[in-house]
Amino acid sequence: MIHKYTQNGIYIVLDIHSGAVHVVDKIIYDLLDYLTPPLSETIPQQALTALEEEYPSDLLKESYGEIYALYQDGLLFTPDEHFTVRTDIDSPIKAMCLHIAHDCNLRCDYCFASTGDFGGGRMKMPFEVGKAAIDFLLEKSANRRNLEVDFFGGEPLMNFEVVKQIVEYARSREKEFGKNFRFTITTNGVLLDEPKMEYINREMSNVVLSLDGRKEVNDRVRHRVDRMGSYDQIVPHFQKFVQMREGDYYVRGTFTKYNLDFCEDVLHLASLGFDQISVEPVVADPGEPYAITEEDVPRIQEEYEKLATVLWERKKAGKAFNFFHFMIDLEQGPCAIKRLRGCGAGNEYVAITPDGDIYPCHQFVGDAQFCMGSVLTGELNKELKHTFATANVYNKKDCPECWARFYCSGGCNANNHKYAKDIFTPHKVSCELERKRVECAIFLKVMERLQEE
Amino acid sequence: MTHIKTISGAKLKASAIKGGCGECQTSCQSACKTSCTVANQKCENLKKDKE
Repeated sequence: MIHKYTQNGIYIVLDIHSGAVHVVDKIIYDLLDYLTPPLSETIPQQALTALEEEYPSDLLKESYGEIYALYQDGLLFTPDEHFTVRTDIDSPIKAMCLHIAHDCNLRCDYCFASTGDFGGGRMKMPFEVGKAAIDFLLEKSANRRNLEVDFFGGEPLMNFEVVKQIVEYARSREKEFGKNFRFTITTNGVLLDEPKMEYINREMSNVVLSLDGRKEVNDRVRHRVDRMGSYDQIVPHFQKFVQMREGDYYVRGTFTKYNLDFCEDVLHLASLGFDQISVEPVVADPGEPYAITEEDVPRIQEEYEKLATVLWERKKAGKAFNFFHFMIDLEQGPCAIKRLRGCGAGNEYVAITPDGDIYPCHQFVGDAQFCMGSVLTGELNKELKHTFATANVYNKKDCPECWARFYCSGGCNANNHKYAKDIFTPHKVSCELERKRVECAIFLKVMERLQEE
Repeated sequence: MTHIKTISGAKLKASAIKGGCGECQTSCQSACKTSCTVANQKCENLKKDKE
């Protein structure tokens, strides 16, 4: 399988099953429309006939020779290897999202956590539950060395003393178990004062700072409890924190139907001094006024393309910043096995509620049918874990025919369930946006490489 | 070649041979939390180059 597209006048061809990426000229681009594997040594008559008015036959034959050479080298029209997903062995659990507070000091309109409590009442995680979660992770992670714990909410800074206690406890057991804990935290910034900044800088390998972009865009949906906008209160905190920050961070925004011109929000965040930026489509019931629906897809695709062009111009001018969804590693990226199953929710990754319940990920929390057990009792629903373990790009609907499957890994299982009530059925709108993001990401890599040469 | 420039070669098959160690980051933990972005994750298999 191949996928070809043009962006800013560059002709790009992806060989899906080998992972190869090529830049071609127009004649190759046109020729590929008439070729189906297995290829023969000589150009098919059908291709010659179709293109003879546009190109001289000698040029067509020469160009076909290059296509055939790549085909023989396993770089074009490569057959599917059918990589195997092992589901006969129980995968270790190595990553955890700790819902440290089911409470929040903002009231964002689009919050998938029902403004912080996930529909289950406002609650903070006691240290005993956090300790049990760390013990559970140490036990279930088997031989995995790198363990990830994300402090999430609601708003985790509302229960920061417990965050510190949990970090201290996990660190105290690291050596004994031969593990390396990586802590991360996601915050809205309201309570981000200097002592917390210093602590986070010291202990957290990554920090996600929630801000949507322009003041009017942010304040339309991200309200304080008194219904005032949150921008003026939060931005100075984030700016100060990022100046102090030595490790990774992302300023992460959500775009909705209200700001389909989100490229302006990305650029606004860059103008505030942030250089690690992620702005992502809202996850919402289609009936909500801010929800992104199928009719918005062409507009959003156009906006992604515009953003890619702007990013490339800024890179050339020495004013580059990272946009999370356009980052792609073509050389040392994830192995094929990782690419089959994506995030690992419900299998390698779980979310823990303030009262110790286990869910496949933070987005399933509150949906009782997905409660997998409890860290307090050690009980774990292995059947449900197995269901998540089996979900991969070969058995999800539409993925086997999709060129982007080894880049996106089958999409978000929580989104799939939210929209189709089935983790094996990808959400069409999300797929269309992901394909566009992958194209833009590869386009930027191609431009970098062409400039280097 | 005059018509084709290969930007990145065939990496997928080779990556599967010693792949699946599970040490790399869980993609949703990195920034997104509402979508799936895998291809930008870094491989953290310390053994793959040693064997």
